Amino acid sequence: MERHLDQQLETIRQDLLRMGGLVEGMILEANRALVERDETVVDAVLDQDREVDRLEMAIDDRCLQALVRNQPRAIDLRFLVAVMKIVNDLERMGDSAVNIVQSVHQLNQEPPLKPYIDLPDLSRLVRDMVRRSLDAFVRRDVAMAEAVCREDDEVDGRYKQLFRELLTYMMEDPRTVSRCLHLLLIARNLERIADHATNIAEDVIYYLEGRDVRHSLARAETPGEPPA
Amino acid sequence: MVVGEPRPAGADPVFDIRGLSLWYPGDKQALRDVSMRIPDKQITAFIGPSGCGKSTLIRCLNRLNDLIPGVRTEGDVLFEGASLFAPELDVYLLRKRIGMVFQKSNPFPKSIWDNVAYGCKLQGISGRAELDEIVERSLRGAALWDEVKDRLHDSALGLSGGQQQRLCIARTIAVEPEVILFDEPCSALDPIATAKIEELMQDLKTEYTQVIVTHNMQQASRVSDYTAFLYLGELVEFGATEKLFLNPEKQQTEDYITGRFG
Repeated sequence: MERHLDQQLETIRQDLLRMGGLVEGMILEANRALVERDETVVDAVLDQDREVDRLEMAIDDRCLQALVRNQPRAIDLRFLVAVMKIVNDLERMGDSAVNIVQSVHQLNQEPPLKPYIDLPDLSRLVRDMVRRSLDAFVRRDVAMAEAVCREDDEVDGRYKQLFRELLTYMMEDPRTVSRCLHLLLIARNLERIADHATNIAEDVIYYLEGRDVRHSLARAETPGEPPA
Repeated sequence: MVVGEPRPAGADPVFDIRGLSLWYPGDKQALRDVSMRIPDKQITAFIGPSGCGKSTLIRCLNRLNDLIPGVRTEGDVLFEGASLFAPELDVYLLRKRIGMVFQKSNPFPKSIWDNVAYGCKLQGISGRAELDEIVERSLRGAALWDEVKDRLHDSALGLSGGQQQRLCIARTIAVEPEVILFDEPCSALDPIATAKIEELMQDLKTEYTQVIVTHNMQQASRVSDYTAFLYLGELVEFGATEKLFLNPEKQQTEDYITGRFG
């Protein structure tokens, strides 16, 4: 039986996917800005961020309306609760992408420190997590969501590695400190995005199976400052 | 989850329904092998579409189905460990211990005071002071005292629908039952009167085991601790209310509570 609620949920699903697509694009653009030292994307990313913010509020509003008008239960209720958390994570990812392009702008004031290899790799890994966390949502694929949660360990490992490498650069040549700090901030923002993707994957598992897996799946603690 | 398992630690089930089947005349089967345990001093709701057997099931709990000729049952219902179907059981005494409130409030065409005192008089209580005390205690218990204390000797039929329903609850608790069964108690009431009954049910929880049949799922999710979903005479799922409405085990339950069929 097709329900009126189904149309409302479908609209929310479509909006969420649009928001997810925008955020993925922002992370991709931020990476291109870094690799190609391209300043022109900054404004585009800022524009996209405003659209992401708008969608966050619009989707939240639609969810609230669906809640208050339908008093949904079971999977419908879990869907709406999960979406309201997912849009929050997507919005934070967008902010991280903005932080990255702002760091790129600072980096571009000086000659490049070295060819970037590890950061674009990390960015690719993180984008993949974001894309698959959203795919798991669309395809209702719990196994995929669980895989995303496990990948967060890999990201954390790469971040620690980058941290040590940049620290070595800074100790060897203090003139690199400013650039190294911006590169570290970029890595940190990518690592944060991966955390948000993990949150999304956890929300997907909750939506599909009603299991709250936060703080229970085996993964390393979010790195604070790793040991030097 | 084992159907019928949920119950608070340490509390014995008040009703232990074991493989209960029931046929109405003409071999129409209304209940199919229902087994569940209803916990003490909790509110248990029966939900399901019309004809699912929820009213039949609640009427088994005080043997109200006896009043329909030709009803046949199999299985058993234990009430505090003893079979409800035992031949030596005194049905009138049973219905004193297990009170019932119906969909349509049914006060006697007497005064408010008489309505509440009636059951106690039948039991042989005749002292005016004692009856006055019971009437006041019961009306207070049903959250009706303040509204009627100045007109106790007016006709009960002059009360509003919601007040009449609370009067019926007062009449039920006047004889100090152990269990109160509610069969669609609010379906004729407006939202405010409904809210008062629901609040009252929460207040009564400390003293009574309550079972409610409702076709209003919101009501079941608001008032009950445990919910049983019946469909076509079978108990599909029985569990903690928040679990059943948030993450039911069975697809049939999910389809029903999300309105995908019914």
